Amino acid sequence: MKFVSEFRDPDAAKALIADIAEQAAKQPPRKFMEACGGHTHAIYRHGIETLLPESIEMVHGPGCPVCVIPMGRVDDAIAVAAQEGITMCCFGDVLRVPGGTSSLLEAKANGADLRVVYSPLDALAIAEQEPDRQVVFLAVGFETTAPSTAVTAIQARDRNVDNFSIFCNHVTIVPPMKAILDSPGMSLDGFLGPGHVSTVIGTGPYEFVARDYGLPLVTTGFEPVDILQGVSMLLRQLSEGRCEVENQYKRVVRDEGNKAALGLLNEVFELRPHFEWRGLGFIGQSALALNETFAKWDAEKRFSVPGLRVADPKACQCGEVLKGAIRPWECKVFGTACTPETPIGTCMVSSEGACAAYFNYGRFRAKTRIPVRPA
Amino acid sequence: MNSQEERDQVHERITQWKLRPQKLKDEVITMAHGAGGKASQALTDAVFLDAYGGEELDRLDDGAVLDVPAGKRIVFTTDAFVVTPRTFAGGSIGDLAVNGTVNDLAVMGATPQWLTVSAVLEEGLPIAELRDIVADIAAAAATAGVSIVAGDTKVVEHGAADGCYLTTSGIGVLDSNLSLGAEHVRPGDAVIVSGSLGDHGMAVMLARGDLKLKADIASDTAPVHEAVRALLDAVPSTRWIRDPTRGGLASTCNELAVATGMGVSLFEESFPIKPPVAGACELLGIDPLYVANEGKFAAVVPAEHVDAALAALRSVPVSAEAVAVGEINDEHPGMVVAHTPFGGSRIVDMLVGAPLPRIC
Repeated sequence: MKFVSEFRDPDAAKALIADIAEQAAKQPPRKFMEACGGHTHAIYRHGIETLLPESIEMVHGPGCPVCVIPMGRVDDAIAVAAQEGITMCCFGDVLRVPGGTSSLLEAKANGADLRVVYSPLDALAIAEQEPDRQVVFLAVGFETTAPSTAVTAIQARDRNVDNFSIFCNHVTIVPPMKAILDSPGMSLDGFLGPGHVSTVIGTGPYEFVARDYGLPLVTTGFEPVDILQGVSMLLRQLSEGRCEVENQYKRVVRDEGNKAALGLLNEVFELRPHFEWRGLGFIGQSALALNETFAKWDAEKRFSVPGLRVADPKACQCGEVLKGAIRPWECKVFGTACTPETPIGTCMVSSEGACAAYFNYGRFRAKTRIPVRPA
Repeated sequence: MNSQEERDQVHERITQWKLRPQKLKDEVITMAHGAGGKASQALTDAVFLDAYGGEELDRLDDGAVLDVPAGKRIVFTTDAFVVTPRTFAGGSIGDLAVNGTVNDLAVMGATPQWLTVSAVLEEGLPIAELRDIVADIAAAAATAGVSIVAGDTKVVEHGAADGCYLTTSGIGVLDSNLSLGAEHVRPGDAVIVSGSLGDHGMAVMLARGDLKLKADIASDTAPVHEAVRALLDAVPSTRWIRDPTRGGLASTCNELAVATGMGVSLFEESFPIKPPVAGACELLGIDPLYVANEGKFAAVVPAEHVDAALAALRSVPVSAEAVAVGEINDEHPGMVVAHTPFGGSRIVDMLVGAPLPRIC
């Protein structure tokens, strides 16, 4: 647990909390967006919102890959999974995402062969072990997970695994950040920049945030001390009148990113002209598809998918939540029609979704009493 | 010898032949083993009675007749077991089937006495594997000091079940004066757990092999009745006891919060979680508070008796690592809140969905 315990150290955290309180007292109220779903989860998991001064508001951004899958894509995945002879492999989070009429979990209950895997390579292994099945990996995620999908595609090609294909829903982080910065009424004062995405793409792609929008961005890790330090660094930039791209997560993120992983992405994927994001609508060049060389392993080309766009439910305000325009509990259906058991919007599905995180962890505001620690 | 005598001798041989113990020569379970005929009898004799037969079970009556001590009440419970895989580091479905029911009786404050075991077997199950499971049942029952007094076996077609499902029912004898329950819990009471959290759930996860993780984690499956007895002897005013199996301590505390209408505060830094379990949970993004235990219990005791409770528990091997993890309050009714070491807090809600299916 080294490399974890240090970043949950109470003394380090307390020093940062004091530093943040001191800096915040000298500044106007600030709104910071954490880009990653991992940040959102950690903020609630460790009760960090309860430790920040009231003048600092954390806005939960679009970085939960499960939360941004539009319903039409879920329906497409279900349509593929329901076909005779198909085994669909996916990450556990994806099972409960609501589509237009049902979810993959319901498809599984109705007999579809759906298996939860922890790596796309596990799906490839299943394809090799069960040559009579058509094995489809449902790929979801930002640049963090896309390289492992790329490696899997390359191995499928090199090992001639014909009964394997990829239903690709990989997305990229910069276009939605741009979309949010361009949206009317945007009132952010800075970003906690993506952590794991940045291990792949580096910090260069975020320069536009400082250059074009005049906002500071700090690439930040996922432990409590990381997040508190990220917030402290944003406040310091603002108080010193700087707006730069800084890297708090240096133990993992190199400014130039991971060249080998970037090479894999280039070899396997191409940008889609446009892709629909749940709640954000269509965003140009924001998602990846397998390129022509790997067309043979592209499930969208191998199987017929309906490809129908399903409008988000009217009551659902996932888009407003993702943009930071409203907070989770300000949504009309939050906690009533939309709960983790019966999610309407995807923000309520994944534990990294802003609404589910708030519902599960955040509803309680610490009272004045500081609990006594047991001996 | 006349022909009548010869015929009588032949008949006698046939009678003796029919009365002989049936031999079990099969290597796998077939539908015949569930048909109630000779194959069923052979399976019962050679596998079940051989492992845990006794005065009551050997009679093969339709039910067991049990003597309840005068003036005592009984506690009766039942539990089904469908864990996959059937063996894992630290135990098997056989251990779970005994300890699960024994512990349900124990946390009611009862002394576990009698069990029944029903097995649903899938056609094709290797009998060698069944023998291993049954041996584990026998050993666990002996350890827990319970007799198996009735049982049943059914066989279903290949594909209609996954190998072997077990159901155990149990009866324990309860001291008539004892009264445990959420209605006795008061604000200020302490919440204690009898030892490390999350061992069983993670051991099963790792045994599935699809994580490609290796770690020194074993299931904690064990009977806890002696530890419960030690606690009740030391602190007769113990309010409430529950075993945090599926859904882990988080679910148990939520049940407590709902049943009492009070709040439960937990202190994260006091959670007894072994480093390999904490590491595996961290890697998989699982909160160990939600991971199942099979040899632990949580108890609520009056705050002034915490030290006595912990001292009593620590004197019993199965609860040697007992610690206090929280307290009851009236500040956030019906809600469980965990406090982080640096003063943050978060809600610990009921589990949604099934991240760890079929762990018991």
